[in-house]
This record gives sequence, structure tokens and C-alpha cells, in this order.
Amino acid sequence: MPRPFTKLTAIAAPIMRTNIDTDVIIRIERLVGNSVRGSLGKWAFGSLRYLPDGSENPEFILNREPYRQAEILITGPNFGCGSSREGAVWALQEMGIRAVIGSGFGDIFFANCFQNGILPIVVDKEIVDGLATEVENTQGAGRIGIDLQAQTITSSSGKRHSFEIDPRRRTGLLEGLDEVSLTLQRDDEIRAFQASDRAERPWIHFARKSA
Amino acid sequence: MEKPGRTLLAKIWDQHVIAHVSDDTDLLHVDRHLLHDLGGSRGLLDLKSRNLTVHNPELTFATPDHAISTARGRAGTSKIGQELLAGLRTETSAAGIAMFDIDEAGQGIVHVIGPELGLSLPGCLIVCGDSHTCTHGGLGALAFGIGSSELTHVLATQAIIQRRPKTMRVMFEGGLPFGVTAKDLILALIGHIGAAGGTGYAVEYAGSAIRDLPIEGRLTICNLSIELGAKMGLIAPDEKTYDYLRGRTYAPQGEMWQRAVEAWRQLPSDPDAAFDREVVIDVEAIIPQVTWGISPEHVIGVDGHVPDPRAISDPARRAAIETALDYMGLKAGAPIIGTPVDWVFIGSCTNSRLSDLRAAAEVARGRKVAPGVRAWVVPGSETVKRDAVAEGLDKLFTDAGFEWREPGCSMCLAANGETVPPGQRSVSTSNRNFIGRQGPRARTHLASPATAAASAISGAIADVRMMEP
Repeated sequence: MPRPFTKLTAIAAPIMRTNIDTDVIIRIERLVGNSVRGSLGKWAFGSLRYLPDGSENPEFILNREPYRQAEILITGPNFGCGSSREGAVWALQEMGIRAVIGSGFGDIFFANCFQNGILPIVVDKEIVDGLATEVENTQGAGRIGIDLQAQTITSSSGKRHSFEIDPRRRTGLLEGLDEVSLTLQRDDEIRAFQASDRAERPWIHFARKSA
Repeated sequence: MEKPGRTLLAKIWDQHVIAHVSDDTDLLHVDRHLLHDLGGSRGLLDLKSRNLTVHNPELTFATPDHAISTARGRAGTSKIGQELLAGLRTETSAAGIAMFDIDEAGQGIVHVIGPELGLSLPGCLIVCGDSHTCTHGGLGALAFGIGSSELTHVLATQAIIQRRPKTMRVMFEGGLPFGVTAKDLILALIGHIGAAGGTGYAVEYAGSAIRDLPIEGRLTICNLSIELGAKMGLIAPDEKTYDYLRGRTYAPQGEMWQRAVEAWRQLPSDPDAAFDREVVIDVEAIIPQVTWGISPEHVIGVDGHVPDPRAISDPARRAAIETALDYMGLKAGAPIIGTPVDWVFIGSCTNSRLSDLRAAAEVARGRKVAPGVRAWVVPGSETVKRDAVAEGLDKLFTDAGFEWREPGCSMCLAANGETVPPGQRSVSTSNRNFIGRQGPRARTHLASPATAAASAISGAIADVRMMEP
């Protein structure tokens, strides 16, 4: 069940490169296996965060203070494009990220965020760039505030921006709802659909293998 | 008043609505759920841990592809890869889910076997925990990749909650020039509208070039929808689609087939259907494409030059190009043709079907892979492998110095120990040239099977149109 998200005021790290894909967020070999969760935080952004010899790349923003404490990422266009791997969201979550702000995200990554209690916020590129500039001007010390109930972001200098969010997604995050349980409450509707669809499109509905 | 025309997407979508969840979001029925070794057993175990059962095991199908080795005898599958395979066997068997196991007809890359077995059908809603599920749209299915949580949701409910996407239609008009393939068309489109150009859309591909394309080419087109940012890509079914599907294992038979085809004929977008965005591509202006950078949008014609950041005024774009050139080890402004390569990979859900192997074989026939180049051919499925062997393609490739391997995802995503070594350059028929995609610090150039084979022979990125006949 996802952790609820209501309000957050936190350090934010700008990662403004365009097209940061989910392979860059977490390499696939870190996700091979059924017990990888819990070990992913240190591998997030591995190819940017570590040098070929395995030491930390001091240039990379998340290796610098205060950005190491970041709970918010301010991202460049198309962050999270590529693979459907939910491990990208797990890796962010395990390094302490609770919200991502950008002008657009990969569609599957965007959906995966909500499943894990991470809030992805889409606002105009000018706003994203402005938030990043303000953060950089304070060397990262200026915190960003997010209020999901009010649908606002407050920049480190106090500028307030409102954002749009699908009301259903918003409620899900505010209350930490579990979609599987919610959908199973509608199982009668699912079964009714299948019964009528079986008559209409019989080629879709195979017989169940007898055990 | 007459009803406005409906799109292919709208017709399929509306047919799958179990319930409206909000204004633009619906609970949709899932007709086919495909599982693979990387996430299949995880999902089934997740379900078990919640004391839930699989809602419709008979609509769920599994095969190992991602984490298995493609070496002969599957030698070299990692310990974890073996555990995932064992887990997939145990959990699918316990749940009553059909699994196509290694060495069996039916095994292969999940997006190759779906169409091949007739599991993927026009008008069908297909999901899989893999972003390249959009491939199946080539048959007129509504197919898209999902994450692990959604996968568990589908196992438990046979349904998925989705927000209705915007619609885009891309018209590919004109005849395919010599040496140009489906892969080149879709790469050119990505170059044209960008890697986020399709974000939030379902893309319908249409136009004379699409109508003329065989089904396997259409699967390649739809496969790269996600590299355009579009989770879903689809092509209206037509006679080619029905000819392709007729008689396949899971396709309807006899009277049921007739009924299905009648229903499928209603699916194409109405002539007056409106799309949120329309793009027209002049196919006759396209030449073989190759990527130079770290996003599929970093693509040029094979006769083109790598961009020069000094010529770019926008600082963010300039920095992005500098980063890409630095990673790829390329000189600003240099011609892409003639760039020496170390590896060639012919395979993946994009380009590992029989027609892809034939196209590569046409180029390789009677020639030799250049010294110093390792070139792999990885058929997309056990059936593709058997068909290729029956035509002698395996022998043709090995005679030419290519390695002929077992079906699987292999070097496309490097989840199986099969990687391009650090710093080495590969021409790959796969779908992603992301940083480290084919292995840490590997440098990937995406291209068609013909271009990949020509590059293997030349030892450098080559223009297949210039090969001596």
C-alpha cells in the first residue's frame, strides 16, 4: 500500500538534462531478481553518480551537499522515458525522493510514481526552469514546498505556483489508497463484463485449463 | 445529427470499458496478459503474499526471454536468471498459466511470440510488464507496457485503470526507396518529432507506406512508439493482417474466424474521425537511418554528419549534444558513415523476425564479417529460429562469420550477462541507444537489420545502398 502524500517542504535537486531515461535512473542488472527492493537507493543514477572506478563522481549533483538530502527532484523534459521498469521509481524512493517536478515525464514512469506514493508534478517548462534557478542561487539551501491538497508549489523565495493533477490520482495519493483492493470491490462488474463480452467476442475468452 | 467519426483507438477502447472511474479514466478489460521471466514470478509472488489469486489464468501467458542466456544450451545464464526461470515455471504452473519454455515452439521474446501464436489479435487489449508491448499494435491491438504494481493489479482483476490518451495520426506516404525499411521510417519519425513527441498520445500509423508494409514491418513500426514517448501505437487491421493471423495456434478457427474478421473490419478509423495531432511523413525523402547519440531522437541519415554543438545557439541543446558526443566518442561534425564498429547485434523485439533475418542474410550472403568485429544474430523466437534454419539462414550467417544464437532478448538490454564491453561501439537493430543500455559505457548505434549487416561486413557504419550487388 503506497505511503500517503500530503505536504512536503524539502531540499530539491535540479537534474535538468533532457531525456533522462529509466535505464539511467537504474540499470537493469540491479533489477534482476525477486528480492532487489531495499538495495536500490545506492544504485540510482549509477552511471552519472559513480566514476568507472566505482568512486563517487564529485561533479554529480546528488553527490554534493545539501543535495544529498534532496527529497524533491526538479527534472528536465521527458524525465523517466524509456523502459517500464518500476525499479526506477523504487530506486528514487529508496534514495529518499518523494516528489519529482518537470515539464513532462515518460507515461509509464509517471503512472508508476503514483503506485508508490511519489508525486510527479507537471508544470510549464518556464516554471520548472525558474524553480531550478532559484534553488541553484541558494546553493541548494532554499527549500521547495509542495501542498497536494492545495495543489501548489512554493519556490525557495516564496513564489507560489499552482499545478493540475488528475483528481482520482490526487485522492489516491492523499489517502494512500491501494488500487487492487478498490478494483476488487468492483469484481461483480468485471465478471458481468466478461459474461456479456464472451457472447460478443467469444474468440477472446478461452476455456480455463482444468487443474 | 450525424455522429462524428470514431478512431481505431476509440473503437477498441470503448469496447473494453468495464466502468467509468472518472471523466477521462476507465476500468478496462485486459484480453491478454503476457508475462516474462524478469517480472512474471515477482508479480505472481506478490499476489500470493496478498492472499489473492489470478483472476483469469487462461488469458495470461508466460515465456522466458529477458534474463536467459542466448548461448547454445543456455550456457551462462546467471544464477539469478536461473532462479527467475525456475520461479516462472513454478508460479505459472501453480496458477494454471500456460508457459512456453525454452526449446519449445512458442518460446521467444514476448513481443515476437504474441503475434506469432495468434494470441495478439485486432481489437484486443494486451498488456505486459514491458514498455515494448506497443509492438502488438501492428496487428490493430491496443497494447501497452505497464509497471510492476499495475501487473499485480491485472493478475488480480484482469482489468486496468487507464486515462484515455490523446490521439495522433502519422501518415507515411509514398513508396519505400531502395534500402529503406520499416525501421528507417520509424527512426526518421522519432528524429522529426522527438523522443517526447508522442508523450500522452496513442499514435495511429497510416498512409500508403503503412498499407504496403507486411505485418512484420508494421510490428517494427509500432515497437518504437515508446521511443517516441507514446505508450501505445497502432495500425488498422486489413487483409494483410487477416492473412497473417489465419490458422495461427490461438487465432479463432472456422466459423468463429469469420465472425472475428467481420468484427475486425469495423475497427479502422472512420474517414471523418478527428485526431488531436496529425503528422505527415514523405517516405520517398527517407534514406537509411542511424543514431549517433544517446536518445533515439539523435538520428540522421547514414550519409549525414554528427551535429556540431558549436552551431547550436540554445545552451541546453548544445550541452545535451556535447554530452552525447562525449559519451559516444564521436567528433563534432564528422560523417557518421565509416565510423569503425566493434560489435553488431541483429535481434530484439524490434528486428528479430524472419523477414529481418532474411534482410540481413541478403546482405551477408557470400561475404565475411570484417576482422575484429563480433556479430551476433539472435532470432526472436524458437519458431523464427526453426524457420530460419529450414531456409539455411543459420548456415549462411555462420559461413559469413556471424554467431548464430538461441532466442531471447540478449544484448538489447543486457539483463542476461550479454553485453557490449565498456567503450566499444555497436551497431544494433534494437530499440534503445541509452547510456549503458547494452552494457556499462557501451556505445550503441541503432539501425535496420540490412544496415547492421552491411556494417558488420564493412567493419564500420555502412550505407547498405552502396554495397556491391
